[in-house]
Amino acid sequence: MIDRKPKNLLKTPLKVVNVGLDGFSQDLARQNVPVVRVQWSPPAGGKPELARLLAKLGG
Amino acid sequence: MSEIAARIEAANAETVRRMLVADPVLVDVIPAHVALRNLTDRMILHSGPPIEWNRMCGPMRGAIAGVAVFEGWADTLAEAEQLAAAGAFRFEPNHHHDCVGPMTGMTTVSQPLLVVENRAFGVRAFCAINEGLGKVMRFGGNDDEVLDRLRWIRDVLGPALGAALRDIGGVPLKPLIARGLSMGDEMHQRNVACSSLLLRVLAPALARKTSDRAALSAILDFIGRNDQFFLNVAMAMGKSISMPAEGIDGSSIVTVMCRNGTDFGVRLSGTGKDWFVAPVEMPEGLYFPGYSVEDANPDMGDSAIVELIGLGGFAMGAAPAVVGFIGAGPASRAADFTRSMAEIAISQNPEWTIPSMDYAGVPTGIDVRRVVDTGIQPMINTGIAHRKPGVGQVGAGVVKAPLACFEQALVGFAKTMGVS
Repeated sequence: MIDRKPKNLLKTPLKVVNVGLDGFSQDLARQNVPVVRVQWSPPAGGKPELARLLAKLGG
Repeated sequence: MSEIAARIEAANAETVRRMLVADPVLVDVIPAHVALRNLTDRMILHSGPPIEWNRMCGPMRGAIAGVAVFEGWADTLAEAEQLAAAGAFRFEPNHHHDCVGPMTGMTTVSQPLLVVENRAFGVRAFCAINEGLGKVMRFGGNDDEVLDRLRWIRDVLGPALGAALRDIGGVPLKPLIARGLSMGDEMHQRNVACSSLLLRVLAPALARKTSDRAALSAILDFIGRNDQFFLNVAMAMGKSISMPAEGIDGSSIVTVMCRNGTDFGVRLSGTGKDWFVAPVEMPEGLYFPGYSVEDANPDMGDSAIVELIGLGGFAMGAAPAVVGFIGAGPASRAADFTRSMAEIAISQNPEWTIPSMDYAGVPTGIDVRRVVDTGIQPMINTGIAHRKPGVGQVGAGVVKAPLACFEQALVGFAKTMGVS
């Protein structure tokens, strides 16, 4: 059976949660699309040694 | 949860508990050589982590030259600088002596110090009296006007304040801070409410204990004109709150944040006296007419102790008026700063609340793990000094604590926990 949800999704007003790169949310805001910006970055700034220590320290 | 994580959680909870049950009271003003038992002749305490003369910034050198002349260790500023370069003075951080100081943070034997006693733990912390605004020693000013003002503070204001405080048995500070937050103060760049409330409490005692009418008038005028008078009280209070929180085995909570104009220093509760140091960042803010970022000195002062206890930049939501003053955007963004700082703190202070944020408590207990994990750097509201000695304040702004300090601190903390 074909799942028709994606087609319905695109026909309904979009509410967007943008995680990460802020440029995407700015583009949507310019087109009056409601968007919630979530500030996210990789744990420990993407530094594997610090991320490893954090994991061991319960951070 | 692993055993290590559980141990850290328990230690952190105890660290923050000690901070939250603090009972800071402004009790006295006494000379530094009486207050600080390890402060000796020709020893100059400064803000920030340890630093030697050859790495000090312009305002710090200017302040050192000025305070050396003030103490009579040199006849001129030029002679003072030569003596400093030749090693005639011993430089130590205020934080090594239960003391703090704003901007250059000069503390020497004859200066009167505010005494804040944390009665919940029986500890005392100290800070010099705020000199006022503009061209002052804390911003590197060192001419005759600056030194004459310091002499007046030493000989007239300090003793009078001490007598008044002893007369009334001290001023409890927690309720005063709570009122100040509800009146738009954040206790770092905006202290007008707390300064006014404190003067209201002290004025009758000052009148009773100061027999010289001219001196009384000058004292009331000096305090009344200075919107930032309370800053130094808040700083001593912050130190008295953080001291019992130090040295808790297994705690990843930050207990010291400070800057000397060159380096930013961090200490954690669980890593003892280790300093984690990185270059300071440059404040971003607004400048007085005629000045710009080209004139600015990098970040400086022990006043980050205010943010450490949840005030200042952490309590920006209480002080929307300060957001514009420091050039941090529209007043409507004030609460965003507090919410951001709440991401790196493990608790809120139920006694210091922000009415416009539905009485949310100020974020308290910076966890180094959260800082490194999120990359959210503690934000500090600060004054900006001219980079040349002898000039003074040129603006105010916001600065971030360098992430490198916290990354180093995390590595150091992991070592103490036996984690590699």
